[in-house]
Amino acid sequence: MSILVLADLHEGQLAGATAHVVAAAQAIGGDIDVLVAGEGVQAAAEAAAKLDGVSKVRVADNAVYAHQLAEPMGALLVELADGYTHVLASASTTGKNVLPRLAALKDVSQLSDVIAVDSADTFKRPIYAGNAIATVKSDDALKVITVRSTGFDAVGTSGSATIETVDVVVDNSQSSFVKEELAQSDRPELGGAKVVISGGRGMGNGENFKLLDGIADKLGAAIGASRAAVDAGFVPNDMQVGQTGKIVAPDLYIAVGISGAIQHLAGMKDSKVIVAINKDDEAPIFQVADYGLVGDLFEILPELESKL
Amino acid sequence: MKVLVAVKRVIDYNVKIRVKADHSDVDLTNVKMAMNPFCEIAVEEAVRLKEKGVATEVVAVTVGPKAAQEQLRTALALGADRAIHIETDERAESLAVAKLLAKVVEEEQPGLVVLGKQAIDTDNNQTGQMLAALTGLPQGTFASEVAVDGDKVNVTREIDGGLQTIALTLPAIVTTDLRLNEPRYAKLPDIMKAKKKPLDVKTPADYGIEVASKVSLLKVESPAERKGGVKVASVDELIDKLKNEAKVL
Repeated sequence: MSILVLADLHEGQLAGATAHVVAAAQAIGGDIDVLVAGEGVQAAAEAAAKLDGVSKVRVADNAVYAHQLAEPMGALLVELADGYTHVLASASTTGKNVLPRLAALKDVSQLSDVIAVDSADTFKRPIYAGNAIATVKSDDALKVITVRSTGFDAVGTSGSATIETVDVVVDNSQSSFVKEELAQSDRPELGGAKVVISGGRGMGNGENFKLLDGIADKLGAAIGASRAAVDAGFVPNDMQVGQTGKIVAPDLYIAVGISGAIQHLAGMKDSKVIVAINKDDEAPIFQVADYGLVGDLFEILPELESKL
Repeated sequence: MKVLVAVKRVIDYNVKIRVKADHSDVDLTNVKMAMNPFCEIAVEEAVRLKEKGVATEVVAVTVGPKAAQEQLRTALALGADRAIHIETDERAESLAVAKLLAKVVEEEQPGLVVLGKQAIDTDNNQTGQMLAALTGLPQGTFASEVAVDGDKVNVTREIDGGLQTIALTLPAIVTTDLRLNEPRYAKLPDIMKAKKKPLDVKTPADYGIEVASKVSLLKVESPAERKGGVKVASVDELIDKLKNEAKVL
C-alpha cells in the first residue's frame, strides 16, 4: 500500500493535525508520503519531514497554491494521486474543502471524519453528530479519506524523510483570495490544546469571558465556547466547540456555565477528563463530567484562578 | 440569474436517534423527518437573492424517495418557484447525488447553485465540493456571507481559526454554514400556494446515472457511553482531585 497525506497548514506553518493524520496512515500500513502545497512552505516541508513514519515529503511551492484554494489544490491532487492506494487529509476546513474534489474527479467515494482504522479498506466514522458510529468498507481502487485528528495520537518528530520538489503547476482563473481574518491569540490552537476551558450562556456576556483568561494562562489552555454563547453574540464562531464547531479531545476539558446540549457534547465528550462548573445541579453536563462543581461561576472562577 | 438549490430529507434534528437492534443502520421507522437544517439555510439564501432582484428564478431539487417531495413542497412554500424530484429508494451517497446534480446543472444552466454544507444524517460534507469538481465550477464552501457582484460572487467562509473571503467567477457553487442567515418559517397561504407550483419527477435512469456506491455499511453502533463522575464540594477539592486522582494538573 502507498499512502499520500495532504499536510494541513496554519498561516504557512505545518498544523498539528498532520501528525495525527500520519498516525492514521500508519494504522493503515504501507509507504507514507506527505504533500505540502502552498506558497513559501519550505519550513512546513521540513517540519513534515521530521514526522515519524514518513518516507518522502513532496513539496508544491507555487503562488497558485497560496491559501490552499480548493480548485488548484484539487487539480494538483488529481495529478499526483496515481500510484497511491489511499489519499488522506485532516478533517479540517481545508481537508473538507479539497478532498471531495479529488474523490469526484477520480470517480470514487470519500469517507469523511474517520476515527478508527479496522483494516486497509474498513474504517469507523461517526454519523448523526456522533450519536452513532458506522463501520464502512470501501471497494474503490483509491480510498479518499478525511481523518478526525482526535481519533489518532500524533506521531513523534524524530523522522528524517527525503524532501522532493513537485513541479506540477495548474491554472486557476476561477477563484481568488480576497482576505482572511484570523483570530490572533497567543494561546494554543483549540483543536490541538491539551487543556480547553469553555464558557456557555451562563457566562452572561462577552465581557465575562475575560474571567476564563487567567485560568487559561495558568493552565496553558485554549478557550472555547458553546454554540449558545456564540449565538448570543458573546464570542466569535471560531471559538465554538460542538457538532457545528470544533471537535476537541484534550486531556482536560473545563465546561463553565454550559448546560450540556447534545450538540455541545458531540464536540467534547472524548476528552480524557471533563470538569463541569454550573449553578444548576440538574444540568445534563454533569452526566458526562468526571468532576462536577455546583455553584456560582462568578465566585468559583476567581477562586480557581487564585488557587491554581 | 437562475439559482438552483439542493435539499435533502433527513431525520428531524430534534429527534434522538436509535440504532437498530441488528446494528444494520439507524432506525428511521416512524421517525419525524424534515429538511436538513443546512438546506433550509440554502433555500433562504436563494429566496433572499430573488427578493433582492439578483436571482430571477429559484429551482429546488432533491434526490430521494417519494416522501422527499414534502421537503420540495417546503422549499416551494419558502419561495422557490419550481422543483425537480429525482426519485430513488436506493441509499444515494454524495458522489451519486453530485453526479445527478451535475446533470441538472447542465440542463438548467443556473448562475449559482446553493447547497447545505453537510446533511445531519451522514455528516459527509462532500456533495457541494463534488458537484463543483464534476461541473468544473468554482466553489465557496461553509459560507457565512454571499455577495453577488456582476459576474463574480464574493463568499466569506468559516474556516478553522477565523474567516476567509474569496472571489469566484459565476456560475459558482456555494455551500452554507450556520451563520449565513436565519431561515424564515413558511406561512400557511404560502404552503397552500406551494401545492400548485410545478414539480417535475425524474429518475436517476433519466440522467443515465447509477446510484449504487462501492462503499458498504457493515455495522452501526451506539457510541461508548460516558459515565458521570462525582460532584465535588469546593474549588480546593476540585484542584486536589485533578492533581492527585486524575493527574491532569
